[in-house]
Amino acid sequence: MSVDAANDSPLLWAIREQLQMTGTKFGCGAGLCGACTVHVNGEAVRSCQTMVGDVAGKKITTIEGLSAKGDHPLQKAWVAEQVPQCGYCQSGQIMQAASLLSKNPNPSKEEVVAHMDGNLCRCMTYSRIQKAIMRAASEMRTASATSNERRPT
Amino acid sequence: MNRHVKNVTPETTDLSRRSFLVGSAAAGLVLGYAGLPGIGEALAAPSNFEPSVWYAIAPDGLVTVTCGKADMGQHIASTMAQIVAEELGAKWSDMRVNLASNDPKFNDPVLGAQITGGSWSTMMNFEAMSRAGAAGRMALTEGAAAAMGVPAAELVVRDSMIVHPKSKKQMSFADIVKSGKATKTFTPDELKAIKLKTPDQYTMIGVSVPQLDIPSKTNGTAKYGIDVMLPGMAYGAVVTPPVRFGATVKSVDDSAAKKVPGFIKAVTLDDKTGTTSGWVVAVAGTYANAKKAAQALKIAYDGGPNAKVSSESLLEEAKRLQKLEDSGQFFVKDGDPAAAFGSAARVVEAEYTTSINIHAPLEPMNATAEFKGDILHIYSGNQFATRSGAIAAGAAGIDPKFVVMHQMWLGGGFGRRLDADMMIPAVQAAKAIGKPVKVIYTRENDMTMDFSRPLTYQKVKAGVDGDGKLVALSHDVVSAWPTQRWGIPDFLTPSVDKKGPLDSFTVNGADFFYTVPNHYVRAIKNEMAHNATPSGQLRSVAPGWTFWAVESMIDEIAAATGKDPAQFRISLLDGAGKNDGGAQRLRNTLLAAMGLSGYGSRQLPKGEGMGVACVSSQERATASWTACVAHVAVAPSGEVTVKKLTVATDVGTQVHPDNIRAQVEGAALWGLSLAMYEKATLKDGGIEQTNFDSYTPLRMSQMPEVAIAVIANGEKATGVGEPAVTVVAPAIGNAIFKASGARVRALPITAEAVKASMKA
Repeated sequence: MSVDAANDSPLLWAIREQLQMTGTKFGCGAGLCGACTVHVNGEAVRSCQTMVGDVAGKKITTIEGLSAKGDHPLQKAWVAEQVPQCGYCQSGQIMQAASLLSKNPNPSKEEVVAHMDGNLCRCMTYSRIQKAIMRAASEMRTASATSNERRPT
Repeated sequence: MNRHVKNVTPETTDLSRRSFLVGSAAAGLVLGYAGLPGIGEALAAPSNFEPSVWYAIAPDGLVTVTCGKADMGQHIASTMAQIVAEELGAKWSDMRVNLASNDPKFNDPVLGAQITGGSWSTMMNFEAMSRAGAAGRMALTEGAAAAMGVPAAELVVRDSMIVHPKSKKQMSFADIVKSGKATKTFTPDELKAIKLKTPDQYTMIGVSVPQLDIPSKTNGTAKYGIDVMLPGMAYGAVVTPPVRFGATVKSVDDSAAKKVPGFIKAVTLDDKTGTTSGWVVAVAGTYANAKKAAQALKIAYDGGPNAKVSSESLLEEAKRLQKLEDSGQFFVKDGDPAAAFGSAARVVEAEYTTSINIHAPLEPMNATAEFKGDILHIYSGNQFATRSGAIAAGAAGIDPKFVVMHQMWLGGGFGRRLDADMMIPAVQAAKAIGKPVKVIYTRENDMTMDFSRPLTYQKVKAGVDGDGKLVALSHDVVSAWPTQRWGIPDFLTPSVDKKGPLDSFTVNGADFFYTVPNHYVRAIKNEMAHNATPSGQLRSVAPGWTFWAVESMIDEIAAATGKDPAQFRISLLDGAGKNDGGAQRLRNTLLAAMGLSGYGSRQLPKGEGMGVACVSSQERATASWTACVAHVAVAPSGEVTVKKLTVATDVGTQVHPDNIRAQVEGAALWGLSLAMYEKATLKDGGIEQTNFDSYTPLRMSQMPEVAIAVIANGEKATGVGEPAVTVVAPAIGNAIFKASGARVRALPITAEAVKASMKA
């Protein structure tokens, strides 16, 4: 897809308004909350802080494009762990987590926290986010859907 | 249900005197029930079967429940569907949800309005949804009996199927709806007479079914207010003044804004509802350009009467008011505290404060307004459609009956979306340019124009007799009055001293379940705070501050009289008189939390301690009995590490156990966040914090371990969204005292305050 937007306008609004892909959210406009996280060439970035001119020709992935049917292991884990409450931050959380697992298929809890700490969840679903990331990591490592059992919360 | 909240009907509100219903005469929808459709209508297949306004069954068998409550992450829509499905006998995979418009037929059956808060939704809708489900099952069963030619009493309903075991005949809900044979209607009296299932018959209630809204919240398809797109829509960015409330616009120079591409107009709000003051909205073809235009506007303000007010002056004023003999009104007045203090062997006194706090839901406030013919359409996620529709109408200068509110998923509510300020710029901009307009607040607008939790000041005095028994307690609560601001008399409570109504949503919780023979609670309105920081209901509302004072003071008394604070609480929860029932449940909950945490049975290292608190939030009449044991470590520097929160809560009946745990954990972490990390300040009339760098809710790295025990003892279902918020701060304060001897009395707790108290 392509958009025609001013170089100095934020990628976030080009995605949301011009492409009408609203899964990527506006939260703070200052790179402080992570709700607008997308991937640029596979790296998680804050789309509210990324100008259109800086990503021309690069590969942008949003939550809508993370998987064909919403079935990325993280998305499946998010459902299995029943993570979202209001859900508003969760696109950004999933995109942020996906950039971790693409590089580190076996993160420690500390690595998860360090990677995810810039993503606010005002409903405070953090413990389920952690569990879902661990579940998805495990699933991606074994590359097979072995267990759908939920761990106790 | 709740003695402080009687039926709020549109007739009793100032702004909503008239009916909100658009285009239909739906009189007589008592409890939200419509008569079932007539035969003719039902036969016109493939039409839906709508046994009540709360749900419809389509010819394909899908059951769509319309939820009149705002869903802000508490999964209340899914919960309503679950309660309907239990009695209806529908398969969970057939259930769908839909969010209600502001049509009064979707009003809460107990509250008589569309308002979501108070942790009321499940408890107040459980029966109505159950009866709606049961009525549908009965109508479908009769239809099936007629179609199969068998007696209705021989039919079994399960998983969206109606089976006649004797003949092995069966029909699906879809078959029956298609047949048009489900025609039974119910009068309100017949509905009331339906015998509902007993808990031993439940197959859905108490099961953690997958929440219906969650898949859409993992793939970007859930639509929030901010995601609304209308053809030809423009965007509005608001410019808010440096003063929270009371400023006026003197002049607007838009010469620079005119150079922004796509700039349409700057509209100075004329807000006769008194919700906003001194706002301008810049309208452009895109939001990015609307923001650029907003930044380019040169606006001159008159700061108004609150331009010099600060947090310090609000606190000073609160202290002055508390000292006045005739301030405020009495919420509780038992016995004769003055006489009891006179004869007390010992008096313990303390002041407790809480700061201004900001809701900051992650979805910034927004609304989209469109005038279409005579009708004003509002698209926004909102918690109080009944009042907000009237505010939108007020902003448009039209009758509220011409407003249709389109409810969206809420990207967090926490009480913030009870207000309707975001609709005013959208409505007035849409009116000014003749096109739909979506207004989105920047985070800075959202923070500085929050209807915040007010700054509070509480003075508590306790009298103990020669045996160490608590004989008197006086409790003065000084705050802005958030609920009085709504202008709806039925949300206020008569004072016991007959000095006129008071805002009980500033003192709820202070009417605790401890037995104290001489007890008074005085609600004192801080008019200065009320005007300068128009306050709102922030998740847990009054119990978020009243229990901070009460539960800290109980600990202080225990310390002063050499008692274990948990055992002291248990002795006060004796269930005497008016406290019978509640006190025992609270005691049991406290014992559960103590047991789960190892309170008193574990040796802790030096510098660590466990503190307890127990609460009857949200209100005496709607309490979920909740206790917390906080385990903290306190460094010599005063720095506090919360290692673990153990929360036990008695909710009577669990509809969805996993959701209860999710809500209780979220609420407890909110409690922690408010106790340790969130503080807003007022300076020169303006909120100083503007984004998540200066207003700093809990992040993942700050998570302690959280253990939760849910007690379901078979009583009626209570609420879970808020109570656990209120128990955490005092438990932490009390744990800090155990760990270090430092007593903190101001929220949020700072290392400096702990250290200062350690030295003292």
